[in-house]
Order: sequence, then structure tokens, then C-alpha cells
Amino acid sequence: MAYNKPLPQATPETQEFWDGLKRHELRIQQCNDCNQFYFYPRPFCPSPGCRSNNVEWQTVSGKAKLHTYVISHHGFGPWAEDVPYVIAVVELDEGPRMMSNIINIDPTPENLPPDLPLEIVYDDVTDEVTLAKFQPVQG
Amino acid sequence: MGDSRDYSHKVAIVGASETETVGLLPDRSMLQLHAEAAMRALADCGMTLDDVDGVATAGPTPAQLTEYLNIIPRWVDGTAVGGGSFLMHVGHAVAAIQAGYCDVVLVTHGESGRSHVGVGGRGAGPSTIGGQFEAPFGVWGPPSMFSIPIVRHMHKYGTTEEQMAEIAVATRKWAELNPRAMMRDPITVKDVLDSRLIAWPLHLLNCCLVTDGGGALVLVSEERAKDFQKPPVWVLGRGEATAHTNISMMKDMTEWTSAIQTGKDAFAMAEMLHSDIQHAMFYDAFTHVPMYALEALGFVKPGEGGPYFAEGHTAPGGDFPMNTNGGGLSYTHTGMYGMFAIMESVTQLRGEAGERQIENLHTSMVHAPAGMFSGTSTLILGNE
Repeated sequence: MAYNKPLPQATPETQEFWDGLKRHELRIQQCNDCNQFYFYPRPFCPSPGCRSNNVEWQTVSGKAKLHTYVISHHGFGPWAEDVPYVIAVVELDEGPRMMSNIINIDPTPENLPPDLPLEIVYDDVTDEVTLAKFQPVQG
Repeated sequence: MGDSRDYSHKVAIVGASETETVGLLPDRSMLQLHAEAAMRALADCGMTLDDVDGVATAGPTPAQLTEYLNIIPRWVDGTAVGGGSFLMHVGHAVAAIQAGYCDVVLVTHGESGRSHVGVGGRGAGPSTIGGQFEAPFGVWGPPSMFSIPIVRHMHKYGTTEEQMAEIAVATRKWAELNPRAMMRDPITVKDVLDSRLIAWPLHLLNCCLVTDGGGALVLVSEERAKDFQKPPVWVLGRGEATAHTNISMMKDMTEWTSAIQTGKDAFAMAEMLHSDIQHAMFYDAFTHVPMYALEALGFVKPGEGGPYFAEGHTAPGGDFPMNTNGGGLSYTHTGMYGMFAIMESVTQLRGEAGERQIENLHTSMVHAPAGMFSGTSTLILGNE
């Protein structure tokens, strides 16, 4: 069945992120002046006191920790089949946080302690779009 | 350079009313609810629409509202940042009236949140930041987003589901005293924890209602405020801020950072201390929201919010009565509930709260989010 969930539509400043995921690379930006990584993509460093335009795309590890989450027991439309599912904010080892789903795990609070080590899973949901999802570090 | 303290106690709320009923109103459109609340608030202070020369609203644009009401105000404010918009409108009205931009400000709210009568489409497009970086992961509304920080608060401070359930229980006790409240049957902590899971750690009874209704306020200057039958409710302090809009961009998941700022600004303008605040209306879209507010506004230390509610301070008979109308959790919640939070402070400060009236009340604080922890607004109101 065709993928029927919401899909992102890239904008000029986010295109490289989405193109990277399609190649199974996690691409985020780093500031060349203050060296901080940040997310979501913007053409300038958002760090207070820096705000530099001297930023560069980097391929990062895909390693992360579980920062916080809910276990959704309710799902509208196409999400109904996934209930219960985990909507999480993960913290990349490089610092920035992003929303994602935690997959390949039985979604209970006991299995999902905060700071749980995670690794990226490239989920090719359509021919055009790959989403960055995460699972507990294997092995 | 201005000093906010010069604007304290200079503008008063003299008219205030909700729609005749709140709850399930499938026979009224969204704009009709605005108009009904507006007429009733004006009647409350013996004015008509023809006296109004300043308008503030959120939901519809100011132009949609003025077209419907057929008025041409000379000052408008369309700040629309979610449930706390109306608190910001009050703060802006204080400055506008002081500046002489207008004399009589009407602030309106109306929302067909449950029945969706006369409401346009909603939802973010797929190229917005939320459309790209949140929607693909199955967020489906406030219960799945406003709730995301909670686990981090539990992890850092040991906050428990039981403590958050106590907030629902305390608020329901107030609703039992309010004949207009939608939910008035007593509940227990066990009832909350046994209620259906929505988005763990939220159960159904941790979540606000979804209703229809409206409310409106009329504000005038100090000079005019004495002309009315009912006692004026003075705007003593205000603060406002916005930060992120997407919950994944909330910098510290354990702290309502923008609320810290709005509380400080409101206290500074009113030249008051925490001990001066006798009553609180802290917007309760979900049980954890007033808990975060209580901590950010400095009434307790970070992490002490959960135990504080569990000790009963905010319930009837407690020393810090909060959400005394029954809150968004048990009274009504149209979508942008902030107007009802202000309304209950006004009702209490006028001494019109009936069975739930707080005795010897002179100061009340209203606090509401702009979006989901996105920003906040704080008001300090008084009747002296």
C-alpha cells in the first residue's frame, strides 16, 4: 500500500538535510566560528552571541540519546495502525536535538529510560523521502 | 525611556462576561460567539459597541471581527499566539489607553472548538518547519506535543504520574463548586491513572476538555474606571514572551524558560512579591502545564511543583487557590482558554464567584501559554 502519512517538503535551506537522508547520511550544519552543531537547518548559526553566517554541512554519526518522549496511544488516520508508537526528541551525540520515532522496541516506559543510547535507522518511506528514525543501540 | 511601573494601576477591566452558556453550542458560529460575549461584556458596564474605539482579538483577524461587529476602531491588536493571546491583549491595551491611541478597548474571544461551526481550515503545510521536522513522526495535536517534555521533568526531579493526577483532582474539586462547569463529579487519583492512555504519561483525565464558548473584556482608563457600578479590576502587572513554536526546539525540557521572564516583568511592573499573590489562574491545558508555570514563576523551586500540588495547596481550603473555576481540565476549554482564566480572576476580584469565592481577595495572577510551552503571558490583577 502506498505510504499515506505526512511527508516533508524540503525548502532551499533544508534541501541538503533531506538529500543526505536519501543517501543514508545524516547531514547537519556546524558553525565554523563557534564550532557548535545545530538543527534544524538554517543559513546562519542560531547560537546566542554568535549568529555567524560562516556555517558548513557535516555528516554526523547518527548516534544519539533518548531525551524525552511520549507513547502515543491515539493515532489519527494512517497513524491508527501504529498505536502505540513513540514520539521522541533525541539528542544527537554532536549536541542538537530532533524529533523522531523510536522503533524496533516494545513501546513501554520500562524499555525507554531517558538517556537510552540510540542509533539512526534510515527509513525509506517512499522513493523520494527517507526519514531519520532511531532504535536502541544494537548488541 | 519608559518605566512599566508608571503603567500599573492606570487601566482597569470594567466590563467582563462570558457567553450566556459554555460547553456544547452547535447553534452558534465562531464569530457569533465573539459577538455575543462582546455585547454581554459591554452590557455588563453599561456601554454599547458604539463606545468602543479599540479592539483586540485572536482567532479571527481584527478585520473579520470589526466587519462582523460593524465598527471601525482606531486601535487594533491581532496578536494571535494561542491561548494566552488575550493576556497579551490586556497588556497592550494598558499601553494603548495610556498613549491616548483609544479610550475603550474591547477584547474578545469566541471559539467553536467542539462543534467547528464557521471555522476555517487548519494545519501546517508540509514545507513549514513543523511540516518537515515534526509531522512526519506522527504528532497529532497538543496531547502528543505539549506532553513531550514531561518525561524529562520526571527523570530530573522524580515527578510522578500520581502528583500530576493530584492536579486534576484538586481542579475537579473547584469545578464541583461551579454550576457552569462541564465536569463536576468527584474524581480520585486512581480515576485519573485508570483513565484511558492518550499519550503516556498523559491519561484522559490529565487532559483539558474540548468545548464551545466565548468571553470578552472592556478596559478603560483610570479616569473613566470610577464611572461604573461594578468595582474596577486593575491591571497591575503584565509580561509576555515567545520562544520556539515546535516542541522539539524547546531548549530545556524541564523548565518553562519564557515564563520565568514574563513573571519577573509582571512582578516588577506591579512592584509586588510572590507573597502578595492570593489567587492564581494558571492555564491548565494538561495537568503538567500549571506545574511548570508554578516553578517558572518562582512560587516553588524547580522540581517542587509536583509535591506542592499533591500537598493540596491549590485545592479548595488550600493556601494558594488555583484554577478556581474548575480550569480547562473541568470547567471549559474552547481551544484558547486564556480568556476564561482572566474571566475567573475578574469574577473572583469582583466577589461574584458564589460558592467558590475566595474571601478577602485583592490580588490574582493569570498565566497562560502562547502555544505549547512556546511563550507565555502573565497578568497581575487587583481590586484595590
